[in-house]
Amino acid sequence: MKPIIRVSDVAKQYRIGARQDAYSTLRDAMARALRAPLKRLRRNGRGEADTVWALKDVSFEVGQGEVLGVIGRNGAGKSTLLKILSRITEPTTGRVELFGRIGSLLEVGTGFHPELTGRENIFLNGAVLGMKRTEITRKFDEIVAFAEIDKFLDTPVKHYSSGMYMRLAFAVAAHFEPEILLVDEVLAVGDAEFQAKCLGKMGAVASEGRTVLFVSHNMAAVQTLCQRVIWLREGRVFEDGPAGRVVKNYITQTSSSVATEKIWDDPMTAPGNERVRLRCLRVRPLNGSTSDTITIRTPLVLEFEFWNLEPGARINLSLHFFNQQDINVFITAPIHEPEWFGKPLPLGLFRSECYIPGDLLNDGLHRVRLLVVKDQAVVVYALDDALTFVVNDAVERRNAWFGKWGGAVRPNLEWKTEYLPDEPTEN
Amino acid sequence: MYTAVSPDNLPSSKPPELPDEPLFVVEARKSGIKFHLKDWWTYRELLYFLVWRDVKIRYKQTLLGAAWAIIQPLFTMLIFTLIFSKVAKIDSNGIPYPVFAFAALLPWIFFANAITTSGNSIVGSAHLITKVYFPRMIIPVAAVCAGLVDLAVAFPMLVALMFYYGIPISLNILLLIPLVLLTTLLAIAVGMWLSAINVRFRDVKFLIPFVVQVWMYLSPVAYPSSVVPAKLRILYSVNPFVGIIDGFRAALFGQTFEWQPLALSLIITLALLGFASRQFRKMEKSFADIV
Repeated sequence: MKPIIRVSDVAKQYRIGARQDAYSTLRDAMARALRAPLKRLRRNGRGEADTVWALKDVSFEVGQGEVLGVIGRNGAGKSTLLKILSRITEPTTGRVELFGRIGSLLEVGTGFHPELTGRENIFLNGAVLGMKRTEITRKFDEIVAFAEIDKFLDTPVKHYSSGMYMRLAFAVAAHFEPEILLVDEVLAVGDAEFQAKCLGKMGAVASEGRTVLFVSHNMAAVQTLCQRVIWLREGRVFEDGPAGRVVKNYITQTSSSVATEKIWDDPMTAPGNERVRLRCLRVRPLNGSTSDTITIRTPLVLEFEFWNLEPGARINLSLHFFNQQDINVFITAPIHEPEWFGKPLPLGLFRSECYIPGDLLNDGLHRVRLLVVKDQAVVVYALDDALTFVVNDAVERRNAWFGKWGGAVRPNLEWKTEYLPDEPTEN
Repeated sequence: MYTAVSPDNLPSSKPPELPDEPLFVVEARKSGIKFHLKDWWTYRELLYFLVWRDVKIRYKQTLLGAAWAIIQPLFTMLIFTLIFSKVAKIDSNGIPYPVFAFAALLPWIFFANAITTSGNSIVGSAHLITKVYFPRMIIPVAAVCAGLVDLAVAFPMLVALMFYYGIPISLNILLLIPLVLLTTLLAIAVGMWLSAINVRFRDVKFLIPFVVQVWMYLSPVAYPSSVVPAKLRILYSVNPFVGIIDGFRAALFGQTFEWQPLALSLIITLALLGFASRQFRKMEKSFADIV
């Protein structure tokens, strides 16, 4: 198939820390400025500053109608690549050829002016995105209906609620019909409904045979919506292939970098204070080891060993679970544990275990904050990110839904539906 | 909400035919700097909408609104009349001083406002530049063009003053059209250049008011150019605004045209325009990275 995008050996260099030498004194600065004013100007502009390659040797082709996923960690070069493709910035070397109009859902709301009305902003924003006036006029009613703002059409957008503003902005962007659509979910701030709208639009665009580049951290969406995925790592194409394979490798790599086990042998250097010191922390599947894969179905056990250094202290552990969005998923403490809770602990080593059933945590990265609480009231020690682990999605529980399965937890609840043929139906 | 896309339910309709040549090529620009006339044509509507936006929002949330376009030159004229005519007793070549000053203040205030807004326009549009592609030059050009509306609003005031002082209006007034065009081109050249430097060196923001002030005193706004000794006239006319203001006054008051300063003004304006657009295109590639 003929490519609609051809990227050849693209590299992009950025300067970091443009100014190198901080002047120690004003007199020094003036002396230098007098001695070499031009040199100073020139150095500010370019030259000796440190540089970093945001992209290096990137080459790939995208066929017409293809839905290509781009994945990678933050700072891997995804946004830079999109900026080059959308012609916002030039590559330092290399070449990109585009055989179609390019538009992106990362430009949502670009060019909106708060003082202008909704109607005026539709035209302005449309023009900024590259739509012709006739095109905007033709789609105007459709855009207004989509955004559900008809009553406020002639109100300046500064009086809009943020939801209305977003809806209008998205409506304009969604009605721009380029041959190539860039979607940067990372940049698409907004609620779940808004993200679902973005994804929905993307599916619709792809089914019309247009080309989509989808940048996302949502592996489930990437895996289902894209046929092919490019994995960027440190500015280079690390892997380019079928979505299933690349996503799987990416998840494996990501999972290996998390902290599922921490051990300190020497109590003097272990984290803690004069009251309590840690010995080891561990998270693992109930019937496995810390290196085994965790899915949303896996029952987990968290193990904590600590020294109590204050004889007779009534201390207990408390765990705060946070997900990737920094939402506190839940808090747990051994309040129903009869053996030690609320009782004085003698000096020495203790081990606490916390059991988390399967079908509770949602997929994604989880961080555990560990607190040591005295007398059920005073926090005597706290450790952020004591443990971090990734919960992977289990494909068998997805069925036909391919978006991010929202929510802080992912319980597998019982349902019951009955057919009631004898009940009279209203007609 | 939305349906899944798998290879099976992909293109049912036939996708559009792709062109043989790429529509756009993105690469590091080589030294030869082309002036993309095609781009300007493609984006003419964006230029229109940006001008329209600037005009719309200029006097939003002001009490007096577009009246400011008249108040600004009018009050400057009154102050000038007081200082230069009543106190300094400057000779205005037989033309009543208020209308003599107003005729020069119209193009000057347009120019001063234009290079100020234009010079700050790229920095002020960072949210656009980092998000979407279009020829960057449109931004400073739109900022200058929006000022033309103010000029048009203030113009009837000039006509009223001429009536008041009994100065006959001749067909020569039509010469104002090419003169306004020349002023616009000069403002675009200066504004565009300043806007590009402003991206890297924000010093420009503080420099512009000085430039405007000094430039005004180097131009025959408050005084006639005839006060400059004949020996220095050519040197004085290197300032392209000298030819413009003398042209304005000649067209309005039926004085004889001095073509030499005007021709010099045109040549210098075009040279500046060429220089500024070259500089702009050289600098614009790094706008998105450093703005």
